[in-house]
Amino acid sequence: MLKALAHALVLMAALLGLSPATAQLRVEITGVGSNQFPVAVANFRRDGEIPQPVDEIIRANLQRSGLFRLIDAGSAPLSETSAVSLPEFKGRGADALVVGSVARLADGRYDLRFRLYDTVKQTQLDALSYVSSAAELRLNAHRISDRIFEKLTGERGVFATRIAYVAQLARDRFELHIADADGAGAQPALRSREPIMSPAWSADGSRLAYVSFETGKPVVYVHTIATGERRVLANFRGSNSAPAWAPDGRRLAVVLTRDGLSQIYSIGADGSDLQRLTRSAGIDTEPVFSPDGRFIYFTSDRGGGPQIYRMNADGSNVVRVTFNGDYNVSPRISPDGRLLAYVGRRGGRFQVHTLDLATNQELALTDTALDESPSFAPNGRMLLYATEVGRRGILASVSTDGRVRARLSGPSGDVREPTWGPFLQ
Amino acid sequence: MRADRPMRLLAGAIFALLLAACASVPLEDKPPAPPADASAAAGTKPADPKADPRAVASVDATPRALDPLADPASPLAKRSIFFDFDSFVVKPEYQPVVEAHGKFLVANPGRKVTIEGHADERGSREYNLALGQKRADAVKSRLRLLGVAEGQIETVSFGEEKPMALGSNEEAWAQNRRADLNYR
Repeated sequence: MLKALAHALVLMAALLGLSPATAQLRVEITGVGSNQFPVAVANFRRDGEIPQPVDEIIRANLQRSGLFRLIDAGSAPLSETSAVSLPEFKGRGADALVVGSVARLADGRYDLRFRLYDTVKQTQLDALSYVSSAAELRLNAHRISDRIFEKLTGERGVFATRIAYVAQLARDRFELHIADADGAGAQPALRSREPIMSPAWSADGSRLAYVSFETGKPVVYVHTIATGERRVLANFRGSNSAPAWAPDGRRLAVVLTRDGLSQIYSIGADGSDLQRLTRSAGIDTEPVFSPDGRFIYFTSDRGGGPQIYRMNADGSNVVRVTFNGDYNVSPRISPDGRLLAYVGRRGGRFQVHTLDLATNQELALTDTALDESPSFAPNGRMLLYATEVGRRGILASVSTDGRVRARLSGPSGDVREPTWGPFLQ
Repeated sequence: MRADRPMRLLAGAIFALLLAACASVPLEDKPPAPPADASAAAGTKPADPKADPRAVASVDATPRALDPLADPASPLAKRSIFFDFDSFVVKPEYQPVVEAHGKFLVANPGRKVTIEGHADERGSREYNLALGQKRADAVKSRLRLLGVAEGQIETVSFGEEKPMALGSNEEAWAQNRRADLNYR
């Protein structure tokens, strides 16, 4: 049963929201969790023309998380006011039931309501109403998914968060996309004829720092997403790259070659007050702050091949962190600071690994061979990364226990450099 | 007092003239450059449209055979240096290519070159950007050792962003691990 599910191709509701203007991602689930919570999500009652399939979005979210098994709730719509027999749903194998409705209001807005029942204890766990524009309906379906996820697992959901990634649509067509966490609703924040690299979210989710080659060389920009306003953060002699925000959003770490080899510097978010942090005889790159802002993890080849090191945020006290294998790059720290994710080469395969920083236990998470750019979900449960399948760059996600896997691919071209945004403010 | 003012003005004017004369000396000393060849000079000379409305001024745009950069038989025709995985060491087999470009740049101090470093698709894009830079810098330091001036060489890295060969096999990867010399 699990195997059948694992190999089942699931076309997401994301496809239904496909617009001709932007290339949307398609999701395929390739692995599920070991203990799946059985839940039934009924068809929501519709009153008027409803532009988003909110019930399908909720079902797809729960399924993609790998933590839920969807129980058939029948085709008849069940709203938050319907009289439902909870023992009947318990009898069908569902431990929880979601019902709801969407109604188009006279002013053109939409009233989205839901109710979550515990069929075992025969109680209501949650109920809420959202009134919004058509544009926000999808977001509210994600918000409801987050509430269900949190009530049933005890952890915060990430369905209402956003991801950024780079799409290459032709040899000279590069776009920086921002999409919902399920890959739907992708919108280009930047279009360029030259490569774009290393997008990084500010902690409040309002800005992205990234590297653009639009002037013929790598330059770091800071881009305010809502307004499209962008400023050059670092454009020194040589190469400027690998931006990483400090958790307070006031400074960034960047990598410059202005003084020779790639080294890590600290710079104010307004481009002022440049300070050099590393002074090695090799490459120092890919800085990333620990969630408390005290440390910077980075990649360095100072010991020969590239390995991951840690230093204090002021550049002092450098220690080596990875020792397995001869190629470990792209460090990322989990939101609780306990796990280090990175790409390690083992036997010629480049795969996402995690290292438990307390026990030094290393875990290989993926079954692919050309992995890049791991990025933690803000709840720390999943990692998003780039890989290659069938000569195409795709995005994939994997749970930190390695069990739940999904792939996201666009209709054409390559997608890469994914980075998971923070929780919605 | 009244006569003093014109005198000062006159002195200032003479000084200004002297300065102007000094500034123009090196220019006047320089003999006018002889035309490189007679036909080129005739071709670039602007024709007087009133003299003959049917005049045709020919311009020859074919590259001069003497430019060794345009000669496919010259060692300078080789513009790429290839590297091993995760390596920035210029292998001995590329030393003749580096030397040919070094000699050319020393003999032609007016020529400038940009060295573009590249990497194959495997591993981290940021690490590959740094590795491409290291490869470009490795070629630059070889050229500097041969006596090429700092101002003649610029280095830039494109990491794995601009592959020459598309494909996920050793043949394609080997072509993408390189430094290219681009003359400006």
